[in-house]
Amino acid sequence: MSQPDLIIHDEKDNVGVVVIETTKKSQDCSAWIMENDKTIKVPSTNDIPLGHKIALKDLKVGDTIFKYGHDIGKVVKEIKKGEHVHVHNVKTKKW
Amino acid sequence: MDIPKSFLGYKRENGRAGTRNHVIILPVDDISNACAEAVANNIKGTIALPHSYGRLQFGADLELHFRTMIGTGKNPNVAAVIVIGIEPKWTKKIVDAIATTGKPVEGFHIERSGDIETIMKASKKAQEFSMWASEKQREECPLSDLWISVKCGESDTTSGLAANPTVGNLMDKLEPLGVHLCFGETSELTGAEQVCAKRGATPEVQKKFMKTWNNYNDFILKEATDDLSESQPTAGNIAGGLTTIEEKAFGNFQKIGTRKFIDVLEPAEEPKKGKGLYFMDTSSAAAECVTLQAAAGFNIHLFPTGQGNIIGNPIEPVIKLTANPLTVKTMKEHIDCDVSKLLSRQMNMSQAGDELIKSTLKVANGRLTCAEALGHREFVMTKLYRSA
Repeated sequence: MSQPDLIIHDEKDNVGVVVIETTKKSQDCSAWIMENDKTIKVPSTNDIPLGHKIALKDLKVGDTIFKYGHDIGKVVKEIKKGEHVHVHNVKTKKW
Repeated sequence: MDIPKSFLGYKRENGRAGTRNHVIILPVDDISNACAEAVANNIKGTIALPHSYGRLQFGADLELHFRTMIGTGKNPNVAAVIVIGIEPKWTKKIVDAIATTGKPVEGFHIERSGDIETIMKASKKAQEFSMWASEKQREECPLSDLWISVKCGESDTTSGLAANPTVGNLMDKLEPLGVHLCFGETSELTGAEQVCAKRGATPEVQKKFMKTWNNYNDFILKEATDDLSESQPTAGNIAGGLTTIEEKAFGNFQKIGTRKFIDVLEPAEEPKKGKGLYFMDTSSAAAECVTLQAAAGFNIHLFPTGQGNIIGNPIEPVIKLTANPLTVKTMKEHIDCDVSKLLSRQMNMSQAGDELIKSTLKVANGRLTCAEALGHREFVMTKLYRSA
């Protein structure tokens, strides 16, 4: 098994987690989906550090972010596939 | 892996077993800390547990104070206890409750004698207890004598991906062998509360869980000035890639594996329904949570971390694990179990669970944790509201 650049918990997820020190701009990342053991390719458009999330598809304001197959928050600023997903473009639905 | 069926522990008078053999000097209140610390300084083999509270508390907050004090004394990792308070009445209440375990315990109060005379009398008794406890030997105890509590801290996305599911894997393997297990962190289940409630073993337990979580959420809505986004997730969590409380909650929740919980405990409440997994209503602040779990009788703790929380506890050994390779590299002296190979797929979840079981048994048998070796003794009382 080769080392993945990204890990995705669930097939339903629209974000993956970077598990190498950082992705590079225009890197064609290999992403391992834990749930079904498949590997897919995702292009990284930013330098994204270890532990941070990357969008697996284009996301519009108001869309729901899925991780672990569950709702973990809403998009507040448009995100393109391959971009960094974090507090600058996603917020909690609680509180 | 064949899981060992026993560990080497200290058998106690009430049938429980300890992974440690501490003689503790327990101050009832903040103003007795100086006395307790002087006794622990005089007598080797004892430790003082100073804290900030114990005066003019009332109602449920006072009950929790007593439950935490008494539970700490009763914990099987404690061989004998010296209790020191300003007044005789509350001191005696704690002494009498600890004495029900059958372990040696003696109380001293400072009023009408002063610090110096109290230190002298308590030191004489502490010396007797310390030398008595030093004769205790580890004996073979069944694995079911392990009461394992869990709590994660300074989490990042590697916690939810790997370190927390490793704890879940251990729970899935050890629960059938009859151990007691406990998770808490009411606030950090926010966002995953409905999914967590469904893990209650019966409709009653599920209802009890939702009642506990709703009480917490109502409190937050009442006290919060805007929202909790500044505190939950923490700055450390955000640096590690966690974006929302929901994301943190689903990561947190991986710690219980596929288990169901059989009861919901009040903070520091001793479990009474036998072996299995319990949920305890606790703060998510690491030291508060572990202090409450230790007071409920848990004798070994598993602490997955992402960015590198360094917490320890004076009586319950805290085992740290992480899957974050940067944390392993930069904070090596804090990590007891490295599962970072999970992220590079050089290790699978079952192998990681086995590694954690091995680490847990080594510590149960007496190996010092990183936090013990570094002198971490965070003993932090939970306070429910302001005093009278």
